[in-house]
Order: sequence, then structure tokens, then C-alpha cells
Amino acid sequence: MTGHASKFLTVAGLAVGALATAFSVTPAAAQAWQPTKAVTFVIPAGTGGGADQMARFIQGVVTKHNLMPQPMVVINKAGGAGAEGFLDMKASPRDPHKIVITLSNLFTTPMATGTPFSWKDLTPVAMLALDQFVLWVNAETNYRTAQDYLNAIKGGSDKQFKMGGTGSKQEDQIITVALERLTGGKKLTYVPFAGGGAVAVQLVGKHVDSTVNNPIEAVSQWKAGALRPLCLFDAKRSVYTAKVTSSMAWSDIPTCKESGLNVEYQMLRGVFTTSGVTAAQVNYYVELFKKVMATDDWKKFMEDGAFNQTFMTGDQFKKWVEANDKLHHDLMKEAGFLATN
Amino acid sequence: MEELASLLNGFYVVFSPFNFMLMIVGILLGVIIGVLPGLGGANGVAILLPLTFSMSPTSAIIMLSCIYWGALFGGAITSILFNIPGEPWSVATTFDGHPMAQQGKADEALTGAFTSSFVGAIVAVVMITFLAPLVAKFALKFGPAEFFAVQFLTFASFIGMGKGSAFKTLASMCLGFGLASVGLDTVTGQLRMTFGITDLLTGFKFLTAVIGLFGIGEILASMESGLAFSGSHAKLKLNAVIEAWKKLPRYWITFVRSCVVGCWMGVTPGGATPASFMSYGLAKRFSKNGERFGKGELEGVVAPETAAHAAGTSALLPMLTLGIPGSPTAAVLLGGLLIWGLQPGPLLFVEQKDFVWGLIASMYLGNLVGLMIVLTCVPLFAAILRIPFSIIAPVIMVICAVGAYTINNAMFDVWMMVGFGIVAYCFNKLSYPLPPFVLALVLGDMAESSFRQAMLLSQGSVTIFWSNGLVGSIMSLGLILLLWPVISWVLDKMRAAKAA
Repeated sequence: MTGHASKFLTVAGLAVGALATAFSVTPAAAQAWQPTKAVTFVIPAGTGGGADQMARFIQGVVTKHNLMPQPMVVINKAGGAGAEGFLDMKASPRDPHKIVITLSNLFTTPMATGTPFSWKDLTPVAMLALDQFVLWVNAETNYRTAQDYLNAIKGGSDKQFKMGGTGSKQEDQIITVALERLTGGKKLTYVPFAGGGAVAVQLVGKHVDSTVNNPIEAVSQWKAGALRPLCLFDAKRSVYTAKVTSSMAWSDIPTCKESGLNVEYQMLRGVFTTSGVTAAQVNYYVELFKKVMATDDWKKFMEDGAFNQTFMTGDQFKKWVEANDKLHHDLMKEAGFLATN
Repeated sequence: MEELASLLNGFYVVFSPFNFMLMIVGILLGVIIGVLPGLGGANGVAILLPLTFSMSPTSAIIMLSCIYWGALFGGAITSILFNIPGEPWSVATTFDGHPMAQQGKADEALTGAFTSSFVGAIVAVVMITFLAPLVAKFALKFGPAEFFAVQFLTFASFIGMGKGSAFKTLASMCLGFGLASVGLDTVTGQLRMTFGITDLLTGFKFLTAVIGLFGIGEILASMESGLAFSGSHAKLKLNAVIEAWKKLPRYWITFVRSCVVGCWMGVTPGGATPASFMSYGLAKRFSKNGERFGKGELEGVVAPETAAHAAGTSALLPMLTLGIPGSPTAAVLLGGLLIWGLQPGPLLFVEQKDFVWGLIASMYLGNLVGLMIVLTCVPLFAAILRIPFSIIAPVIMVICAVGAYTINNAMFDVWMMVGFGIVAYCFNKLSYPLPPFVLALVLGDMAESSFRQAMLLSQGSVTIFWSNGLVGSIMSLGLILLLWPVISWVLDKMRAAKAA
């Protein structure tokens, strides 16, 4: 499309949009909005982590396949466990040129720190996928199954076993607390580190006994034979059957439930925009992400990271977020992680 | 010599006119990025990353890593000329580099800085070429206790830096620790000392502080002295590079020591910034001219620059072999690897030989090309100082403000920068030393979280710092350095007593 034509379309779009608000919102109008300047993609996490990798990957796909008439700019706003990024979104209502990728800190950060924001200050766009968690141990240990490891914890002294994880009072520690319900009163020592990649390396170096890294953070160490996956914190096994190591595929990892550890946890990888935007603007991004997901690049990325490919938009997604918010509240309350103020 | 064959193959991959052009473009862009404070190598690479998606991975990494080398070179320029560190690892370069410029020896300082950078980088690349698998294993030995030991060693090598009162040094360092603890406490997940101000959630950003403390502080000081800048009367010498080179060989011990510090800190991955501080501290401690450090000693430029570049280069090794970035820029490059379809990790050296050896070959060539480019420009850079200071000062102010704003696109940071400028002015007036303050600010939270992680692992026992040979020897070395002033004082007394 030439610059001229796209400008014309935008003008036409604005006219239709104005008409639509004057009468009623029609599906035709819902497709008419386009970004008129660069779109900022906020990452409420540091460089190198799972959310960062996904957002930068999306930026790459959008640029490579020319899916947007305007450039996409990626910014990390990681301060205060992501609060910086979310507060920035909250502070710019009705700005359709700003989107944010989420991880569980959308729920956990305001609960743990008392920072004044919630998902209700944002407009949900789409769930891109659910990120998995796997229980990993060093490959040189003798724990072959999750049950082996659980028995070792039960048989050891209190706080003897060390769980490495990303951040404090976030998803990794929530899973750790959930596991502690099954260890017969024995606590794990949870050691927080700055990023998922660093956590996996600490396990390779045997400075901790286990981690609950996301697949993409630990896959290269698994391939190299340094780490061993024990179980997957999902209701069903992974659907990816291609061999990752010489003998195992993602689908060969048993779920934690079938290994006798009844713990399930997945993390939202979703996109939100600012509050008060129009249906047409939300719809533009929904269509954009559908195009991103149709690319082969995306499919490979999903498989490499063993993501649970669930795509949701609109009311269905909103309901899911609402339920998940409540779930996190319960989990955090049970763990004693809620901010006191 | 399997490595040599692989390396030759790497050179073969790199030597295409297109790749060579990318290399020069990358270096030039990098120098510009390094010069502008706040933009920084990490941001520069992040902005330009999308440009590379249409290239082959090898070409893309050549261009991006050359931006990285360029930024490492460029950081020294503004540090020396205007006392503004463009990058955190250039802070230690200002300590002696800027006084040299004020004495009209900017060209000598610049040549010294660029040459040292080159030496540091080449030593690191040679290490990567031959010792990569071995070194990668060494990095795995680093747990929280080892990290704390290294940070402790950095602090210890810096104690006694201040020319004035030891108590002022201590006060300055404690203030730095105080500011470093603002923001989210990573171990408990709670906010500390933010007093409900949301702008303080992120804590005090090191770059904002540094731009204010050094850049603005310097301008305030020169305003008071009537905008005089003695360096501007320096004659331009075209043979400055040759003259400076004649002086450098006598600092060979400093070169060796700084390379060791730099490579080690880059691999572990402690990063280029602590490496430059530690190297400066050690050079001051062990040099014959130690007392003259801070007043314009070439050796004080050589030490931090060599270490910073050695660390910056070797920081790529843990990224490639372990998937953990040793620096923020390496973290962005890591994201790039994934988009190009490469999985960083232990198998990269096996599965992607062309890519890895192409990158290593480009490290040799990129640094050589970079050195030639920046050395040619030395007279040009030095000539900037001949512009009257009343004209250049407002320009510096604007660059500083833009730099502070760019870090996070926040106006709050610009006001913070002005605040830090005033703090620096007061520090100078009351003769409190700035370096310990900056050091505590940059390493404070890292040291704190490593210490607390180690305490969690050992369940509160400090014996973890002597639990194995590695951490034990680093810790002991740190303690010896910390107590060195006392030890040398006692030794002197004993010698005096014997003589008497």
C-alpha cells in the first residue's frame, strides 16, 4: 500500500468512526481504526526474561512481515516488580498507541506491594498463550521422578532443600508454597534471583536443588544434558511431540498431578491496552495478533518454548482474567504474601 | 589446533564486502551512541535490532556487536573531554582522564584510553578463542556467595581512595548505599523508602545520578570559576598518538593486571562497570605514582579502560555458552539470537559453528577497525575543547538533559539529574569524595542481594564465604586489601624500629 492510499484510508476510517459513535458501533466500523503514530509496547519486566523475549519476538515478526503501517517500539519498564510499566499504562488512559504484555505480576505486584493499580485500569486485548512451569533438577542428581524428589524433601531436614526462582512473592514462590503443602511439614528454602536465565544457571552450578523455570528459560540446558525435567505444572501433558533431547520430547514430561504432586499453575502471556479505548481500536490489535500467530515464526517460537497455545479475546478473555485475579488473591492470601496496608 | 582452523573459517565468513561495510557502519553508530549519555549500548542495540531481521544471523550479529564495540570506545570520549561518562563503565575514566584534558593533554588521554580499550578487548577475544569451554565451566561455579565475594573485593580495592579524611569517604559511601536501597527489595518483594512516591518505585537510576554528579556538577564548578577552561589553550599536535604510544609500554604491569581483572569480571559475570572500578582501585594501590592518581595520571586512564573493554568483550561468552547475559547490551543481543532462530546455550558452539566463529572473527576485526577509526579522530575530538566554554557549556547541559530523559522517557529523571548536580557541587565544596558514593550506588543493591541470597542458602551462617577454595580465597584477598593501609602502616613501623 502506498503512503497516499494509507493516509486516505485513515481519513476514511476516522470519518466512519465518527459516524459510528454518532449512531451505534457496527462491526464495519470496528475494523476501521489504524495506528497513526508509532505503537509503544511496554514490557513490565527486565531484559532477557520470558515476557521480554516474547515482546521482542513479536516486534520482530511485525517488522519482518510488515504487519503494521507504523513502527512498534519496545520499552522495558521493570521497576518495582513491573509496577513502573503498569502505572505508566494507567497514567495514559484513552491512548490506543500503547500496549503492554503481561506476566503474573499483573496480579501479584499490586497484591504484594500495595501499589495502586489492577487489571481493571487496562483494557484486555488478547491472551496470546499460557506459559508453562516445569520442575527441574540438576541432571547429575538421582531424582528420576517428581516423587523421588518429594520423598527426599520429606526425608531431609527442614529447609534443607533450596528452590531457586525469579523475584519474590511472584509466580515461582507461589508454586513453591503450593509444593510445601505436600512435603509433610518440611519447608523449602526459596532463594530469589533477578532473572529466569540466571536461575537455570544457578541450578546447573548446583547452588540450588531445584527450580520451576519456564520451558524456554531452561531448554538449552536440558538439551545439553545439564538439567532434568521432573514434571509439568499443567492439567494435561504438552502437545509437542518432536524430540528435544535424544530421548525425550516435551510431551514425555509427566504432569505433576500424575506424579502425585497435585499442583497446577500457568502464567498469562496476554496483551492489554490503556483504559477507555474504543472497540475499533481493540479490534485492530486483535486482528494484528491473529496475523502474528498465523506466521511460521510464531509457531516455531511456541514449540521451542512449549507454550500452551490458548487464544482468547473479548468477554471470554475478560472472564478468564477476572477468575485468575481471584485465584491469585486466594493463593497469595494463603501464602501470607498480601501487603498489609 | 582445532580452534585456529575454526577461527580461519570465521575470518572467511566475515570477509565479504557487505559484512565489512556493516562493521564500519556499526562502529560509527556505536561511537555516537557511546558519546551520548543515557542512550547507551543496550538502548542503541535495541533500537537497531529490528533493522537486522532481514539479514543473515552472522551479518546481523557482526553489525550489532560492532555497535557494542563502538559504544565501548565512545564512552571514553565525553568522560575525558567534559567529565560526563557516556556509559557507566566510563565513570572511572573521568577520575584521571578529565584532569588530563584540563591540563591540555586531552589527546594523550584519548589515545591512552582507546589503545587500552583495544588491548583489553584483544586479550579477552584471545581468551574466548582458546579457552571458551573451560571458562564457561568456571562461570558455573559462581553462586551468590561467590558474587558477594567479588563485590566485596571491589569495595575493598577502593577503600582508602579518598585523598581527604577516611570518615568523609565512609560517609560518602554510606550515602551511596542508602540511595541504592530505595525501590523494590528483590529478596522480600517489598517497597523500601519510596514514601508512597511512585516515581521512586524504580529507585535511583545509576545513569541519572552519574550524568548529574559528573556532568552538571562539573558545569556548576566551571560557572563559578568564570567559565574558564584551561584545556582550551592546548596546542593541537598531529603526532599526539605517536607521542602517547611511547609512554604506554611502561605501564605493562597495569595492562596485565587490568586484563586479568576485566576478563574475570566479564566471565563471572560481574560486568564492565565493577571491573573498571576494581582495576582503577588496584592500580592506585599498587602503582608507584599512586598518590598522583586523580590529578591527571595516564595510568589512571589505562587501568579502567583496559578492564572495562576486557570485561565488555568477555561478557559475551556467558551469553553464548550459558544464555546468561553479562551486561545489559548482551541481554538485548540475546533477544536477537532468539529471533534469528538461534538458541544460546551450551550447544551453540557445536550446532552453529559458522555463526560463533564468525562472531569471534568479527571481534578481532571490529576492534581493530574501531581502533583505527577512533585514533584518526583524536585530533578532531581534542579540537572540540578549543570552542569557548561559554558556547559548549549550554550544549553539554542539553545533552545531559536529553540523556537523563532518554533513560526512561521520564521528566522526573531530568529533575533528579539537576538535584544530583547540586549534590555534587556541595560534595566538592565540602571536599567529600564522589567516587565512593558512585561506587556504592552502582554496586550497592547487587552486593546486598548477593549477600542476602547467600545468607538464605547458608541459613544465616557467614561460614558460607569460606565454604570452598574459590570463595574463600576471594574473600580473604578482599579482607587483606581492606586492611592493607593498616598492614603497611605496621610494616613501616617495624622497619623504622629495626633501622633505629
